[in-house]
Amino acid sequence: MTEGTNRRDFFKKGLFAAGAATAGAAAIGFAHQDENEISAGEKVKLLSQSGEIIEVDKADLKMAAVNTAEALEKITTGREGIPGRKFTMVIDLGKCRNARKCITSCQKMHHLPEDKEWLNVKLIKDNEKAAPYWFPKTCFHCDNPPCVKVCPVNATFKRTDGLVLIDNDRCIGCKFCMAACPYSARVFNWDEPEVPEGMTHEHYSPETSMPAKVGTVEKCDFCPDMLRENKLPDCVTACPNGVFYFGDENEDAVTNGDETVRLSALLSDRAGYRFMEELGTRPRVWYLPPHNRMFPYERGFKDLPEEHVEMYNDYLNSH
Amino acid sequence: MNIKDTSTSLLKEFAPQMGPWSWKGKTAVVILSAILLWGLYALYIQVFKGHGVTGMRDNVVWGLYIANFVFFIGISYAGAIISGILHLLRVNWRKPILRIAELITVIATIIGPIYILLCVGRLDRLHHLFMYGRIQSPITWDVLAISTYLVGSIIFLYLALIRDFAILSETNEIHIPNWRRKIYKLLSINFRNTPEQVKRLKLTLDVLSAIIIPTAIIVHSVLSWIFGMTLRPGWHSTIFGPYFVLAAIFSGTGVMIIVMYVFRNIYNLKRYLTDQHFRYMGYMLIVLAAGYGYFTFSEYLTDWYTSEKWDAELIDKLFSFEHYGWWFYFANFGGILVPLILIGIPKFRSVKTIVFSSVVLVAALWIKRYLIVVPTLENTLLPMQDLRPEYISYSATWVEWALTAAGVAAFILFFILMSRFVPIVPVWETSEYLEEIKLKTSDEKVLSEKRAREVKQESISVSTS
Repeated sequence: MTEGTNRRDFFKKGLFAAGAATAGAAAIGFAHQDENEISAGEKVKLLSQSGEIIEVDKADLKMAAVNTAEALEKITTGREGIPGRKFTMVIDLGKCRNARKCITSCQKMHHLPEDKEWLNVKLIKDNEKAAPYWFPKTCFHCDNPPCVKVCPVNATFKRTDGLVLIDNDRCIGCKFCMAACPYSARVFNWDEPEVPEGMTHEHYSPETSMPAKVGTVEKCDFCPDMLRENKLPDCVTACPNGVFYFGDENEDAVTNGDETVRLSALLSDRAGYRFMEELGTRPRVWYLPPHNRMFPYERGFKDLPEEHVEMYNDYLNSH
Repeated sequence: MNIKDTSTSLLKEFAPQMGPWSWKGKTAVVILSAILLWGLYALYIQVFKGHGVTGMRDNVVWGLYIANFVFFIGISYAGAIISGILHLLRVNWRKPILRIAELITVIATIIGPIYILLCVGRLDRLHHLFMYGRIQSPITWDVLAISTYLVGSIIFLYLALIRDFAILSETNEIHIPNWRRKIYKLLSINFRNTPEQVKRLKLTLDVLSAIIIPTAIIVHSVLSWIFGMTLRPGWHSTIFGPYFVLAAIFSGTGVMIIVMYVFRNIYNLKRYLTDQHFRYMGYMLIVLAAGYGYFTFSEYLTDWYTSEKWDAELIDKLFSFEHYGWWFYFANFGGILVPLILIGIPKFRSVKTIVFSSVVLVAALWIKRYLIVVPTLENTLLPMQDLRPEYISYSATWVEWALTAAGVAAFILFFILMSRFVPIVPVWETSEYLEEIKLKTSDEKVLSEKRAREVKQESISVSTS
């Protein structure tokens, strides 16, 4: 468990760091504070790992900065989550009209070819009486991820901030994770991928997933490099209808770029659900049922090539 | 005659097998090598052009290769049965067929895992399995189990060969080139048939055959768990471990019968691979077919009866003639009913029908493995809605077929080469067996003569009184 070793590691180096890991954003704030502002003798209250409130001299917080430097080194391996975060996404099915801007912006951001989709939009008809709806599907970054379980080399891993990422330097390409993922979220580099000009292997981090490598697996990563800069993933900002809400479960807040809402309230008011809850994978992506729709589903056919429309109609006819 | 004389006469009889090549043998080797080279060329293409040259894509990530993998590991069970279970049960008729069984095990266990490697996108990173290995992954279980099994089977094959190596290195009765004699000598590790050595060897073989049975069961169970541990319809089944184990024994016995038949004909071994052997193996097939049929029935019945959405979709595809119907019925009815009927009904039972049933069931079980791997992967939980037909349904490319053919060719080639290096019927064990039979029959003769005398005496005494 990366989480366990992470915490132990922090604990050894001082309770304040452990406090930082649990108390989250507050402590991170201190770490970012200018050193000049800190004066010795001033005490700070922090929550220890065992839940006790402890007082630490503010001068000692400099050591947290040392730890941050160590943590920064770990960032380059991409295996450590952003401290104190629990990223989550909410997808409002009532607003999606298959504009496909999420897909194209994702492809642009990650330099993917046109036929490689890390996220896609499915047309779903739950049963013969139900009305069809558009269903954007990212990687669900499950809390009980079937893909991580089966990986023989720890190339795909679960981070403390909730993300499931892939280290394509380590992946041996056995594709077991692809067979294990019930949501078909993963794609494989069957042939030598096109790498954008000027990008070399030195740029690689599991947080950017670039450059792609032949014979390895990749998937939607929630754009951790953007999250590090406190920016939203590209699909969220690209959506013209504000379908995607992204945020932090610890802060209980999600935003689609236009409005910021309380996560718990949104999920309870709008009957948020997770896709195929019965599989027990505990996805970090929530859906709001396609209720009070902004568009009829046919709007999704508007700009599509004919063969696409035909494909969707075939699906509707057979369900 | 004692065992030594018998073994000498056996050795003389088997000598032509190991002598100069016949033209048939040469042709076979040339053809098989050509197929093997074709496979190597395909491998070269796959390694240098990437896996895009195969029919595998993002949905069907595994195809023919994994089916072959399961198939070859399955037939490796021949050895586990004959040298494991029959050894422990002291079934004496196993002795002449021991070597064939053990060779199947070793060769199939070498070829099988190669197919898993063919599915690996980055062969240059295989060492990661040891550097970063995770014990939680069923693939790690497989690596551990199969390597243990392979080492165990090789040791078993070797130990069972030592006495023959000793005989071959010492004999003056047949011509053996000097270099070969040296190799035999080296391999016989100074076995001189002393009572102490014989005792130790027998004990080791007993222990190993006891170990090989659970190892074999573990191998095929963890293999099935590669499928069983996923949330996929048709795979996520609690029955998969025992189901795979039974299927493996079934197909292993089938391949065993076919190989026995081939060698019996090309090397004229009717005296040692007798009709009785085929009959006994045939009886085993009946039991296995019934057991395998029972598992198959329970597996599909439970899926079909409840008809959970995803299971029902898969079952529909398997049963419908538009998709996999023909293959499915052949695999699950042909492979079970043909042996049951042809061997089960005495009127039909003969060496030929037993061999024919074996061919049918081995083919059926290969198809069955394909039907386990591919349709489930084609049956995704979310609709695919993809315009690329090769992503929606799988069809193997020439690269995959070439490598499949190469595996079969390698199996046969390996067998031919081994059969020319060591007698395919073990000399020592068979002599032992023949002596035992002789002893038994002579005992019976003595007994019956004694009884005849007694009866005669009785009748005399009756007549005199």
